[in-house]
Amino acid sequence: MGKIRWGELEDDAGDLDFLPQPLVVVGPDENGAKKVIEYRFDDEGNKVRVTTTTRARKLTGARLSKRAIERRSWPKFGDAEYEDAGARFTMVSTEEILLERPRVAGSKAEEPQVAEDPLAAVSKSGAVLMVCRTCGKKGDHWTAKCPYKDLAPPTESLIDNPPGAETAASQSGTGKSTYVPPSMRAGAVRSGTEMKHRNDENSVRITNLSEDTREPDLLELVDAFGPIARIYVAMDQKTGVSRGFGFVNFFNREDAERAINKLNGYGYDNLILRVEWATPRPN
Amino acid sequence: MRPILMKGHERPLTFLKYNREGDLLFSCAKDHNPTVWFADNGERLGTYRGHNGAVWCCDVSRDSMRLITGSADQSVKLWNVQTGAQLYSFNFDSPARSVDFSVGDKLAVITTDPFMGLPSTIQVKRIARDPNEQSSESVLTIKGPQGRINRAIWGPLNKTIISAGEDAVVRVWDTETGQLLKESDKETGHQKTVTSLSKSADGSHFLTGSLDKSAKLWDARTLTLIKTYVTERPVNACAISPLLDHVVIGGGQEAVHVTTTDRRAGKFEAKFFHKILQEEIGGVKGHFGPINALAFNPDGRSFSSGGEDGYVRLHHFDPDYFTIKM
Repeated sequence: MGKIRWGELEDDAGDLDFLPQPLVVVGPDENGAKKVIEYRFDDEGNKVRVTTTTRARKLTGARLSKRAIERRSWPKFGDAEYEDAGARFTMVSTEEILLERPRVAGSKAEEPQVAEDPLAAVSKSGAVLMVCRTCGKKGDHWTAKCPYKDLAPPTESLIDNPPGAETAASQSGTGKSTYVPPSMRAGAVRSGTEMKHRNDENSVRITNLSEDTREPDLLELVDAFGPIARIYVAMDQKTGVSRGFGFVNFFNREDAERAINKLNGYGYDNLILRVEWATPRPN
Repeated sequence: MRPILMKGHERPLTFLKYNREGDLLFSCAKDHNPTVWFADNGERLGTYRGHNGAVWCCDVSRDSMRLITGSADQSVKLWNVQTGAQLYSFNFDSPARSVDFSVGDKLAVITTDPFMGLPSTIQVKRIARDPNEQSSESVLTIKGPQGRINRAIWGPLNKTIISAGEDAVVRVWDTETGQLLKESDKETGHQKTVTSLSKSADGSHFLTGSLDKSAKLWDARTLTLIKTYVTERPVNACAISPLLDHVVIGGGQEAVHVTTTDRRAGKFEAKFFHKILQEEIGGVKGHFGPINALAFNPDGRSFSSGGEDGYVRLHHFDPDYFTIKM
């Protein structure tokens, strides 16, 4: 037993106290760190506790060739030769940077766009199938953003003409060679309201949404009923959660009606949805 | 991702190049010292001192022993990668813009800018194994397409040289005779200066980036235009992933927007596109200035970008990058 005189040891507990405790291994925690606690006797016969914490981390893709490993031990040269220890040429970013995916068309982000050129719209095109009624092209742009919108007079008023342009055009009157929007031309059929107002009449309010429902989720839900002009989910700015309701504007009234009939009372994310017309139902 | 930021250069970055094994990253900038870093953790290994002007471009030999750099000080220098010693200096009558080792590292193609009445040239030099035997003679000299030639690289099997520059035309030259073999079509090709040109890993196709806010993918043998990627910003740098069907494009800012101060610093992004579908996959933000250089690590698992802000940002992709679905 060497230099240890069992009589001098502290009597913590038990008879076999003179032997050091067996070593304890605290297994890898969520960071992969492993602790090994050893109890030993040092040279002077004192009982010491040695804690070794190790974390094995595999360097990303560290499959270096032999030559690359050699290069790792090259001495520094040039301006790096006398680099002092505090030199901060290399730092890890404090911010987490993500590969940000482009947003799906139909969600809120699309709204503030003004006069987007068709090419930019193509490059941003998300997963939604967009059908344009004016030129019949699928997946390119909505009818309102059709580059050919003044070529054929629309059957219904699908063209969103800003009121200013309209009144200016009507004031300039016929007989003058100014630009007349298709909806004002002779032979154009207009049924009363403009496209945007019409869309607001096709507005459907959905309440009792779950907290983490967002526009893309709603879009998935209502997409089957027909093309969507606008989707919006009300959000609480401070907490970032949904306020539990949202609005969907369909292009077609019939689609909106079918959506209401099918989805009202529908179970979605453990809540029963309430789906109704947003404005008092006109007819 | 947690990009590693490397601030070794005082001036804007101009070019980035990985060595073949992907463990070293060479950076060139408008300050006069090209720098080499370890590509896994961004630790600086050394700098090559000797140039007196902005360094525009570099290339490293396959065995990672030799580095060639082209500079505005009208010289192209050969360096020992390990020690930083300058082995040889080729002198020209105008700034050297682009350098590229051939397959086999026996030749190098160098372009020089138009300067003081001299036209731009493409020159080929033989590189000797022993620097003491190095001669400064040009094996081939091709004089001037209009404007600056921003990049010239070797085509498949060193049979051709592919060049592109300020006149927006991509040209293919025969290495033996120096004759012009093919030119890109003016209508379908780029409309403004081609700023960057980058080969695929196997050399069968290459990507060009231009100030006309687009990048185009071409076949290296036939010079057929294969794909076009449209962005909102003039393109300064481009690269093709060696692992997945992705390309990355980096650029500047619309001149119109330069005066608007944006509180969100670091909004210049490198945009990833699907190589075949031409659709945008996403963007990686972070630079405080336009991106001037992009390079993928040969293993395709990381990439680095160099900006006008003097920073090199080294990104190791998250696991979900490799499973992106379009």
